[in-house]
Parts: sequence; C-alpha cells; structure tokens
Amino acid sequence: MEFKTVVFYFLSAILVYAALRVITARNPVHAALHLVLSFFSAGGVWALLQAEFLAISIVLVYVGAVMVLFLFVVMMLDINIDRIREGFWNYLPLGAVVGLLMVVEMGAILGSQYLGAAEAQVPQTAAGVSNVKELGRLLFTEYVYPFELASVILLVALIAAIVLTHRGAKKTKYTDPAKQVFVKAADRIRVLQMPAEKQD
Amino acid sequence: MLTLSHFLVLGAILFAISVLGIFLNRKNLIVLLMAIELMLLAVNMNFIAFSHYMQDLAGQLAVFFILVVAAAESAIGLAILVVLFRNLRTIHVDDLDSLKG
Repeated sequence: MEFKTVVFYFLSAILVYAALRVITARNPVHAALHLVLSFFSAGGVWALLQAEFLAISIVLVYVGAVMVLFLFVVMMLDINIDRIREGFWNYLPLGAVVGLLMVVEMGAILGSQYLGAAEAQVPQTAAGVSNVKELGRLLFTEYVYPFELASVILLVALIAAIVLTHRGAKKTKYTDPAKQVFVKAADRIRVLQMPAEKQD
Repeated sequence: MLTLSHFLVLGAILFAISVLGIFLNRKNLIVLLMAIELMLLAVNMNFIAFSHYMQDLAGQLAVFFILVVAAAESAIGLAILVVLFRNLRTIHVDDLDSLKG
C-alpha cells in the first residue's frame, strides 16, 4: 500500500471515531473536545488533497475560534445531563437504520464503477504552483463580490451576537440632569428640633 | 492508490454519523449544533475532493464561503442559546414551549 493511502486510512479512522464520540459522548464538554479532534483530522485529510490553505484555516478558524466559543458556552450553561439524555436509546434503532441506509446507498453509488469515481486518476499539481496564491488571485478577481458579501455576513453575525447578549449598562452610576433640576432644598436637608441637653 | 471515491465515501460516512447524531440528541441543543457542524464538514470534504480531482479551485472557494457562513451561524446560534438560558434558566427542548406549537 502506498504511503498516502496509509495516511488517509489513519486520519479517516480517527475522524470517524471522533465523530462517533461527538454524538454519543455523555458530557457536552467531551463532545466539543472530540469535535476539535475531528476537525483537526479533517484538516489532515484536506492537506492530503493539496488544499493547504483550507487545511490551515480550518485549524485556525474552527479549532481556534469556533470550538473555543462552543467550550465557553458549554461550560457557562448549567446543563442537567441526565435530563438531556432521556430518549437517547429510544431513538437509536431508527437513527442507526437511517444512517446505515444512507452509507450503503451512497457507498454503492460512489464506490462503484458506474461513476468512474473509483478509478479517477490523481492529478498531481505542478511543483511550483502555490495553492494559497491561486486562491487569493481568484478571491480578489472573479469572486470579489462574494468575498465582500462574506465579510458583510461576518459583520452581521458580529453585531447580532453582541445585540443578543448585551444586557445594557445598568451597573454604571449616572446622574439624571432632569431630575437634578427639580430637586428642592427640602428634599435634601431635614431640620431636626432637638432639646438642648442639660449639663450638671 | 487513493481515488476520488475514498474521499466521497468518507464524506458520506461523516454525513450519516451527523444525521444519526441529530436523531440521538434531540433533547440536547448543543450537540445538535455540533452535529450541524459535522454535516458541513462532510459537505466540505466532498467539495475539496472534487476540486482536487477536477483541478478547479472554485470548489475550494465554495468551502471558504461555507466556513464563513458556518462560523456566523454557530456564533448566532450560541448567542441565542445564552439568551435562552438567561431568560428561562434551562435549555431543555421540552421547556421551550412558550409558542404552544
């Protein structure tokens, strides 16, 4: 077996194991950590497909940012694990049947000789061609409008997340000038009548 | 030798696992979000495999845009989850019935 094939099977075994643990883990924190592992191995598989830029960016963007966000939220919420797991085993037979059927169907089509996918030759990219450079060139010429739309989507998500979770500045002390104007001296000062104490 | 179908079948297996995850974790909103992320990963795998075997970088750009949308989706989804928890003190699916659906 070729070295690349060995690497592929190694990475995909880890990937499938991690994905299975994501959906079966009891503790959501463990599920998030296994999701990190599966993203990492997917990055390895993509590097095998000579998609260097995406292989690196999935590690940076997903493992570095999105999964940290997930872990933050999972640890912040107080989750009742027993209650959340109820019905887990009831849904397993149906889900397993549907999942297995999907794999068998897709495997029968994609793995068969019919599409010619099984004997598709691996075209080797020429040695001096940089994946990042080519992607960058395409991104700023042909796909420049989708690229700008993507940045607008990110901006919208940023503002939406802030607006949703912002609680307002209620903890800061401030004075209301309108109320200050209407204050009378009687509201602030109380004159007490006290009898003088006798000295002996 | 590695062929296109290796990667496509891997993507199919990942997709099926995440569908199974949605079936199993119907009460668990956080793992549901994670299963959606896994699904997008499976789709991205297919895009990159085809992009490599057809030597066309448009597939990899599609993956780039999917990554952008997925990041935005998970950020907003988690923000909604936090607001939900703040208001109801629970994220259990059965308690979210104020719309009487």
